[in-house]
Amino acid sequence: MTDLSLSDQAIAGKTAPPSEARALRLPTQWLGVAPFFIFAIMFLILPTFYLMLGAFQNDAGEFTLENIAALAQPSIVAAYWISIKVSLASALIGAFAGLAIAVAIVRGGLPDWIRSATLTFSGVASNFAGVPLAFAFLATLGRIGLATMILNTLFGFNIYAHGFNILSFWGLTLTYVYFQIPLMVVIIVPAIDGLKKEWGEAAATLGATQAQFWRMVVIPVIWPSFLGTVILLFANAFGAIATAYALTGSSLNIVPILLYAQIRGDVLHNAHLGYALAFGMIVITGLANVFYIWFRTRSERWLK
Amino acid sequence: MAEPFLSIQHVRKSFGATTVVEDFNLDVEPGEFVSFLGPSGCGKTTVLRMVAGFEEPSAGKIVVSGKDITRLKPNQRNVGMVFQAYALFPNLTVAQNIGFGLKVAGMPKAAIDARVAEMLEIIKLPQMADRYPYQLSGGQQQRIALARAIAPKPKLLLLDEPLSALDAKVRVSLREEIRSIQKKLGITTIFVTHDQEEALSISDRIAVMYGGKAEQVGTPFEIYNRPATKFVANFVGTLNVLEGKVTDPASGKVRINTQEVSLKGKLNGSKSGDTLSLALRPEAISLGRQPGHDTSLSGEIAEVHFLGSVIRVRVGIGGNTVSLDTFNNSATPPPAVGEKADISFSSGDMLVLH
Amino acid sequence: MKTGRFWAWLVFILGAVYFFIPLIATVEFSMRMRRGAYSFDAYQIVLGDERFQATFMYSVLAAIFTIILGVLVVVPAAYWIRLRLPQLRPIVEFITLLPLVIPAIVIVFGYIRMYGSNSPLPFLASNTGANALLVIGYATLALPYMYRAVDTGLRTIDVRTLTEAAQILGAGWGTIITRVILPNVLIAVLSGAFLTFAIVIGEFTMASLLNRPAFGPYLQNIGANRAYEPAALAIIAFAITWGCMSLIQILSRFAPKSANRPN
Repeated sequence: MTDLSLSDQAIAGKTAPPSEARALRLPTQWLGVAPFFIFAIMFLILPTFYLMLGAFQNDAGEFTLENIAALAQPSIVAAYWISIKVSLASALIGAFAGLAIAVAIVRGGLPDWIRSATLTFSGVASNFAGVPLAFAFLATLGRIGLATMILNTLFGFNIYAHGFNILSFWGLTLTYVYFQIPLMVVIIVPAIDGLKKEWGEAAATLGATQAQFWRMVVIPVIWPSFLGTVILLFANAFGAIATAYALTGSSLNIVPILLYAQIRGDVLHNAHLGYALAFGMIVITGLANVFYIWFRTRSERWLK
Repeated sequence: MAEPFLSIQHVRKSFGATTVVEDFNLDVEPGEFVSFLGPSGCGKTTVLRMVAGFEEPSAGKIVVSGKDITRLKPNQRNVGMVFQAYALFPNLTVAQNIGFGLKVAGMPKAAIDARVAEMLEIIKLPQMADRYPYQLSGGQQQRIALARAIAPKPKLLLLDEPLSALDAKVRVSLREEIRSIQKKLGITTIFVTHDQEEALSISDRIAVMYGGKAEQVGTPFEIYNRPATKFVANFVGTLNVLEGKVTDPASGKVRINTQEVSLKGKLNGSKSGDTLSLALRPEAISLGRQPGHDTSLSGEIAEVHFLGSVIRVRVGIGGNTVSLDTFNNSATPPPAVGEKADISFSSGDMLVLH
Repeated sequence: MKTGRFWAWLVFILGAVYFFIPLIATVEFSMRMRRGAYSFDAYQIVLGDERFQATFMYSVLAAIFTIILGVLVVVPAAYWIRLRLPQLRPIVEFITLLPLVIPAIVIVFGYIRMYGSNSPLPFLASNTGANALLVIGYATLALPYMYRAVDTGLRTIDVRTLTEAAQILGAGWGTIITRVILPNVLIAVLSGAFLTFAIVIGEFTMASLLNRPAFGPYLQNIGANRAYEPAALAIIAFAITWGCMSLIQILSRFAPKSANRPN
C-alpha cells in the first residue's frame, strides 16, 4: 500500500484523460453523485426555499413584506428573545464548561482511564437529548425530583421557594447544558490534542511564562475551533424543541414551540406568518454561521 | 584548562525503576559544538532535556558559567532549543515566531524588528517575514526555528535531532549552515543525533552514548580512528570485525584463520590461545599488496557491489568476511566473484576491541 | 504542576457531579412507583405496554430504513468525490452541514407544505408516503454524521489508490465496489449507522408533525400523562444511546488502520 501511494501523484497525472474524453464521459462522471444531489435538492434545499419564498408572499401569492413586519408583534419578539437567550446561555456555559473539562482531561495530568471514560460518556450524553432528557431533569429538579428534595430536607433549602423553576429560562438552560457540554468536549478534545507538547517547551526555552504561552499561542490556536463549536451549540439549542416541549409543554414560549403550535393548529391565524417564523429561525442560525465564516477568513490567515 | 562553560556533573535520571541516564559527566568549553551521538533510547535526549530544564535530574548537577541551574525552570535558563518537529507556533508569522522570545522579554518593538531582520539575514530568508509556518518547506521551517532559538542571544543552544525530519539533500546543506552560524555567533551548542555522519561532520567533540552512559568523548578524528570500546567502533562508521587467536602476547602475534599477523604493540592482559576481536576500517584495506602496507591476508572475492565512484568488495578470509572500498577506474574492471585475492593494510590500523 | 492537577481534578469532579446526579435521580425516581419501597414496577408497566412495543418497533424500522437510505445516498457520492470529482467536495461538505444549521422543525415544515396531499408529489396523501417522508426526513437529519463517518473511512483507506490497484489487476466496477471498497468502509458505514440509530430512535419533532406512531411522540405522551414511567423510559433511552455508542467504539477497534495518509 505504501509503495502504491508513493506513485499516487504519478498515476494521477498519467490517467488524467484529455479534455475531449472528459467531455464525452461527463454524464457517467455525474452518475455517482446524482442521488446525493437529487436528494439534497428535493428534501433539504427546495423545502427550505419554499418556506423562505412563502415568507415574502401573501395568500394571493403576491410579494409582500407584511409577514416579516408581523414578526414584530410583542409575543413573537418575546419568543425569539427567550430562544436566543436560552441558546446563547446554554451554548456559552456548555462551551466554557466543556473546554474546561477537555483541558482537564487532556492536559491536567489525570489518569488515562479518566480521559477515555469521559470521552465515552460525552459521546453518549451529547446524543442523549430530546424527550428522555426532559424526563431525567424533571426527576432531578422537578418539584418532587431527587435533587430538589435532598436540598430541601437536608439543607432546608427549597429551590422553588427561591424562584427556581424547571419550567423556566434557567431550568431549560440547565437542561440543555447536559448535551451542550459533552458536545463541546467531543469536538474540542481533538483540537486540544493538536496542541503540540513542543510548542510549550519552545515557548519555555524562549523565556515565556505559562500565562504568556497561553495568551500568545494556545488561545489563538484553539479559538477558531472554539468559536465554531459555540455557534454549532447555539444552532443546536436554537432548533431544539423536543426537550423544551416535554419539559415545559407550551408554558415556555420559545420559537420552535411557537412554530410547532403554528404548524399543528395555525395559532397565529396566518399561514404565511408561519413561513416568516421559520424564515426568521434560518436567518438567525444562518447569521451565526456567516459571522463565524467571516471571522475565520478575516483573522485566521494561518489556517490552511 | 579554563573553567568550563557548561558542566554536567554526575547526572543520573530514572523514571520509576528504569534508569535512562547513569552518571553522565561532561564539560563543555565556551563556543564549543558538542554532539551527543547514540542509538534511540541511549539517554542522549534525556540529558539534553535536563540541560533545558524539562526533566529534573535524579542526582547530580548542571552548572552554567559557575552557576548551578539544576533546579531552575526552563524559562529562567536562557537556553535556545530547536526541536525535531520544528515546533513553530502556527498562528504567528515567521517574524512573530522569531521575535517571540524578545517579545516575552519585554523588548521594545523597534528593537525586536531590528533583531528579527538581522536574524532573517543570517538564515538567508529575509523575504519570508510575513509568511505563516504552513507556507514554508521543512528546511525553511527549521531555519526559522533556529533563528527563533538564537534571537534572544541564549547562553546555550540545544539542538534535538533538528535534521531528522528533513530529506537527505536539505539535511546536508542545513547542517553546514547550522555549523557556520554557530561559528559566526560563537554560541556554545549541544547537538543530539543518531546519525554518525552528521555528528562527525559538524562537531568539535562528540560524546558517544549507549545505555545511559557516555562510552567515549572525543574529537571526531579520535572517535573514528581510535574508538575506545566495541560499541563506539561499531556504531561510528562501517567496521570489519575479525576473530583472531592470540599466539604470542609479548610480540603481538595473532592468528586469523590460518594466517598469522603481527599487531603494533604488545597484547597485555591476553594469553596464548585467547580469542580477540580485531577491527579494521574498510578504507584502511587495499585489494592486492600495496606499498606502505606491512600486513596482508589472502582470501577469495565473495561479493562485488558497484556503487558508482566506489566499488565495495567483500572478501572472505576463512570464516571472516572483510569489506573494502576501491575507487572506480575505467581502465580496470572490478574483480570477479570467486577469484583468489590478497588484501593488505597497515598493522597499525588494526585495533583490538575490548 | 501540582496546582494544575488540583484544578483538573476539581473540574472533572464538578463535571461528574453535574452529569451523574440527573442519572441517579432518574433511576431513583423510576423506582419510586410502589409506595414505601423501591421496585421495578415502572419498568414492568412500560415494557408491558403494547403501545411501547408498537411505537418502539415502528421507530426501529424507521431507523433501519433511514440507514439504508442514508447509505445509498451518501456512499456513492462520497466515493465518487474522492475518486473523480474532488472539485465538488466543498459544495457537498457545505450541503451536508446544512442540517446542523436549518432546524429540523423548519425542514419538516417545508415537507408538509411542499409534499401535502394537494401537491404534485403528494407524499402525505397516503400512510406509506408519510412513512417514506419520515424516513427521508430522518436521513436528512443524519446526513452530516453519515457523510462524515463514510468520508473519514474512505480517507483512511485511500480509495483512489485501492481502486486503481484493483483496476490494474483487472477488476471490474462491480468487483471493485463489492470486494474492495465496501469491506473496507463497512466499519465506517456501521459507525454512521449506529449514530443514526441513536439520533432517530427517540426523535420527536418530525414524527409528531407528520403524525407517525413513532417512539418519540409516545414518550412525549407518556410524559404528559404519567408520573414514574417517564423516568423509566429515560433510563431505557439512555441505555439504548449508550449501547449504540459502545457498538461504535467496539467497531472502531476493527477499523482498518490508516495504512498511508499523505499528510
